[in-house]
Amino acid sequence: MDHTDKKEIRLKGINVSPGICIGKAYLVGKEGVDVVNKYYISQDNLQNEIKRFKSAVKRAKDNLQKIIETTPEELRQHIHILETHKVLYKDKMLYGKTIETMEKELVNAEWALKQVVSNVKRMFDNMTDSYLQGRAADIVQVSESIMQNLVGAKALDIGAIRKRVILVAVDLSPAETSQIQLEKIKGLITDLGGKTSHTGIIARSLEIPAVLGLESATHLIKNDDIIIVDGTAGCVIVHPTDQTLIEFGERQSNYERYKAVISRSSHLPAETVDGIKLDVLANIELPEEVVSVINYGGDGIGLYRTEFQYLSRLQFPDEHELFDNYKDVVEVMAPRPVTIRTLDISGDKGLSYASDPDEKNPVLGLRGIRYCLKNPDVFKIQLRAVLRASAYGHVRILFPMISRHEEVLAAKKLLANAADSLDKEGIDFNNDIEVGIMIEVPSAAIMADVMAKDIDFFSIGTNDLIQYSLAVDRVNRQVSHLYQSLNPAIIRIIKHVADVARNNNVEACICGEMASDPMNMPILLGLGINRLSMNPQSIPIIKKTIRSLNFKDTGLFIKDVLKETSETGIMEILTGTYGNILQDMGYNLIKVS
Amino acid sequence: MNNSENELSRRVIIANDLGLHARSASKIVKLVQNAKFNVWIIKDGKKADASSIIDILTLASPKGSTITVNIDDRSDLEILNNLVQLIESGFGE
Repeated sequence: MDHTDKKEIRLKGINVSPGICIGKAYLVGKEGVDVVNKYYISQDNLQNEIKRFKSAVKRAKDNLQKIIETTPEELRQHIHILETHKVLYKDKMLYGKTIETMEKELVNAEWALKQVVSNVKRMFDNMTDSYLQGRAADIVQVSESIMQNLVGAKALDIGAIRKRVILVAVDLSPAETSQIQLEKIKGLITDLGGKTSHTGIIARSLEIPAVLGLESATHLIKNDDIIIVDGTAGCVIVHPTDQTLIEFGERQSNYERYKAVISRSSHLPAETVDGIKLDVLANIELPEEVVSVINYGGDGIGLYRTEFQYLSRLQFPDEHELFDNYKDVVEVMAPRPVTIRTLDISGDKGLSYASDPDEKNPVLGLRGIRYCLKNPDVFKIQLRAVLRASAYGHVRILFPMISRHEEVLAAKKLLANAADSLDKEGIDFNNDIEVGIMIEVPSAAIMADVMAKDIDFFSIGTNDLIQYSLAVDRVNRQVSHLYQSLNPAIIRIIKHVADVARNNNVEACICGEMASDPMNMPILLGLGINRLSMNPQSIPIIKKTIRSLNFKDTGLFIKDVLKETSETGIMEILTGTYGNILQDMGYNLIKVS
Repeated sequence: MNNSENELSRRVIIANDLGLHARSASKIVKLVQNAKFNVWIIKDGKKADASSIIDILTLASPKGSTITVNIDDRSDLEILNNLVQLIESGFGE
């Protein structure tokens, strides 16, 4: 196909899965509609055939309604399109005309619908207004979903794709995403969806570049168009010029080369030059991610975020559903540890069915353990599910957003109650489950010595700890430059928690973004941290960094760090002392790509 | 007003930036669903059924174009008024 006569278009979306790919577009659900059979219906059967059509419309419409209802708040602006689609299903020109055609010509529903749609489409194609031309796509989309319900085919059959393509879709359901086969899909882009959507997580764990939330990709891109997906920058280029193709071709091979080098050594232990071994664990959100945890050489799960199962739905999940999920993860990872963090509903991840929209300051509001202690019924269901999963491997439980010692005691009491109830029912679980708390609120860090008496491990969530300690909202552009993980106050807080942990024989793990930056390793090691948890993709580079460091040296180095009074000073001695090592890590490459 | 002699018919100028697009058309359709008789939108001699988004869209009416809204029966006068109001207000956009 000639792409030189078309203008290069750059679309900006949400970068959910890094990497670059170049290839032909494949619009999901846009093919196969042309193979519609025509056959005649006897007068006796006409009413049944019409009924078949009507129920296909109903199913398609109900399905759409479900999508509308489960669309999270932040994507509500896309719903207007879907609301229009809903009205289109019963439009006279589509619905009425199809039934009319069936009655007049005595043909099957599929054939009648196809004829009606191509008439409508022709009408729109003749219009000069490009917006209206685009509306034909809405009608085609609506009729396709009716067609799919008529034919009884699965919504989208991604599994049947024969060539290596880049998937382009409005949105992908979990079922559809799970059909993706790596040898056929280079990358994927969608109109809807965001970083925490199921599609994004799957793309990350399959390591295919993905950009979501592009809004109009399916309108602008046609089948077989050449497109570039830059999942690192969150950008998609349609009809690239030759120059753009060369530029991105180079960036792609740089990225691949870097990844190959890094992952070759990912299964070696994270042991310093002087023989100190660290545990490098993974943060995950979905059971599907355990595959990439193992591939990247993770020593276990340091943080299993459980919010996902509570999001994008109409009501709370039940115990069985939760248990099934946890058990999947635990069994695959065994004997490696799986740290399950209990529900941490927060300001940016509110549940539509259980949140208070009037909360003015959700980050300082009813979140994490506060929410769970206030809703013991919801909490108990999850506690029972976690306990039951503990019979299948090495499970640890982690309470989020602890800010007072009483909360630890109250949560442990509810855990004991849940254990009692399982015991009475004769259900198996580990009676000696390790209990930990998140250290993300400064008051918990300061009280760490008191907390340590009642728990088995600390998990330092640096993202929130930095935010709360420095009083900086990292998404507020006016102040986000003040969000600095190497702020001397942050290093002192971590040091305090690490010291308390050592003195009380309690474990301390860093599980925020701070743990996934090679730059921070000399400092964290120097503070005596020997457990880190991060997104699976960062594990290889972090292990490699640790293998190049000397633990004793970092212990001396940290003394100098603690003398510094600003992050600039800390950064200076850090690059002065460890600049060479970090450069070798391809550290620059990460930042650039 | 040319059509003041005919109370079943009103001329309106499209006020919103996007013109009669899918979302505005669906708002018209929702209002018309309550009509007892047919409601029509006429532009440049072309007549569209106001209960069909597709039909309305085929009129291709951008901002500033003049359309005529027409009802078949007096009993739908209130709907006619509401429609005119909706269009004149720019569909609340």
